[in-house]
Amino acid sequence: MQKSLNIDPGKCTGCLQCEMACSYEHTGTFNPSRSYIKVFTFHHEGRFAPYTCTQCDEAWCMRACPVDAITVDMATGAKVVHDDKCVGCKVCTIACPFGTINYSQATGKVVKCDLCGGDPQCAAACPTDAITYVDADWTGYDRMLASAAKSLPSAEATA
Amino acid sequence: MQHLIIGAGPAGVVAAETLRKADPDAAIAIIGDEPEPPYSRMAIPYYLINNIDESGTYLRDPKQHFGALNIEVVQQRVDKIDTGGKSVTLADGSSRSYDKLLVATGSRPVSPPIPGLDLPQVHSCWTLEDARNIIKLAQPGSNVVLIGAGFIGCIILEALVKRGVNLAVVETGNRMVPRMLDEKAGGLLETWCKNRGIDVHTSCSVEGISDAGDGQVEVSLSDGSKLGAALVITATGVKANTDLVADSGIEVDQGILVNRRMQTSNPDVYAAGDVAQGVDFSTGNFEVQAIQPTATDHGRIAALNMAGQGDEHHGTLNMNVLDTVGLVSCSFGLWMGVDGGDSAHLYNPEEFQYINLQFDGDHLVGASSVGKTQHVGVLRGLIESRIHLGEWKQRLMQDPTAIMEAYVACTQELSYH
Repeated sequence: MQKSLNIDPGKCTGCLQCEMACSYEHTGTFNPSRSYIKVFTFHHEGRFAPYTCTQCDEAWCMRACPVDAITVDMATGAKVVHDDKCVGCKVCTIACPFGTINYSQATGKVVKCDLCGGDPQCAAACPTDAITYVDADWTGYDRMLASAAKSLPSAEATA
Repeated sequence: MQHLIIGAGPAGVVAAETLRKADPDAAIAIIGDEPEPPYSRMAIPYYLINNIDESGTYLRDPKQHFGALNIEVVQQRVDKIDTGGKSVTLADGSSRSYDKLLVATGSRPVSPPIPGLDLPQVHSCWTLEDARNIIKLAQPGSNVVLIGAGFIGCIILEALVKRGVNLAVVETGNRMVPRMLDEKAGGLLETWCKNRGIDVHTSCSVEGISDAGDGQVEVSLSDGSKLGAALVITATGVKANTDLVADSGIEVDQGILVNRRMQTSNPDVYAAGDVAQGVDFSTGNFEVQAIQPTATDHGRIAALNMAGQGDEHHGTLNMNVLDTVGLVSCSFGLWMGVDGGDSAHLYNPEEFQYINLQFDGDHLVGASSVGKTQHVGVLRGLIESRIHLGEWKQRLMQDPTAIMEAYVACTQELSYH
């Protein structure tokens, strides 16, 4: 079975080790602003939530790409951007309803989580197991609707 | 089962791939009339600046992709559809029969009635062939006039600037990209372009183009200016290619009318992409959106229904993203707002930043932004999943930048265990 990142915001302390590890893995620099995983801070609640691509089955980014620059890594299931094909048109950045594929001014291409080829550095760096790499089961759209449905009372998240 | 697809753009290609997955044994053919492998018009601006060669515009690797999926690709024009006999006639006189037909013939540029548009220096920017012609004439230092600062005009504007031409842009609307951005956002784009030496004329139209000798033309504007140019590019909108179904009895309005299964008024004929007038997620009305994400969604939904596996679609969200000489803007859904709805704005003209959020009750129903490239897709997620924002609506009213926080907070379990 393929594996996926499992994020448990309840365990996140906001240490940003995941952002450091991700940016180092992908850009060679410790630069959280270029990390593909982001930790969001909720001051009101005193909470943190790491967030990145769920490698959803719908693959909105991949379907919207006009030049076949995003493909599935058959080993990991990750949707991977190929820099040699990406023209930087950004259509995927509006097609992804999770906001997890983004344009990089630095490279002129889009960037997203690629699961580090099967050894995600964010999970390796997380000291509290808020990010783990575990067996995958359900799909992104189910997840999007399910999470929208449970979000607040009487949510009407219908397809 | 014989599935026939007319049109080799994104809608047609995604439909063919989806059909192959859904129906491994079916015969599937794509018929396209351009003398190129299936390619993407979205990639043309990047071809204009040599970021990619022609093969970089191809939707898929033409050498192996279609063959591997046993999808036949035919380069021919379709002249006629015979819905009674369930066949189409090609330009070479041959005919092909179908069980299910998908019309994905796209759209074509339209031009206003301006005298002189037939001069050889005037081109639209729509096909690879157009791009080849533009590359010949848009030489460094030459004067170029772009008619239309809509989505297509703005997306090729950067390519023209990068080719080193002296560029003037003429837009009849009172701002740039009037169908995608409001006055504040359009104004930011205009200032941004002017700061980069582009001669922008808004609320202005072209009255005529005349031969000025030496390969040059003179473009006369309604504000009295006269611009010399080696190349004039028209980008004044597109129109659905519905001609093919004109005599077939299939219902046509602005585009080919389709139901929530992308089925036309003829049950064996489907339509998808720029040519289709399908249901809009935000309004529930049937509209021609003519955008890339809708084309691929249409292609997939049509194909699933052609294979008997589809559902009724909830509608496609109108959205766009645009890079105008480095300033990125985007818009989603009802960005102009709804009656009785609230809105939140952040406007920082010095930094060329703008965010516009439109609410109906505690739902986000539309948004636009300028100068923001991170996490913009979540605006689609917030709108299309109809999330109740609850207290986050008030927080967004105070800080419209907190869209990711709102989405994450509304969709993830934040409590400690």
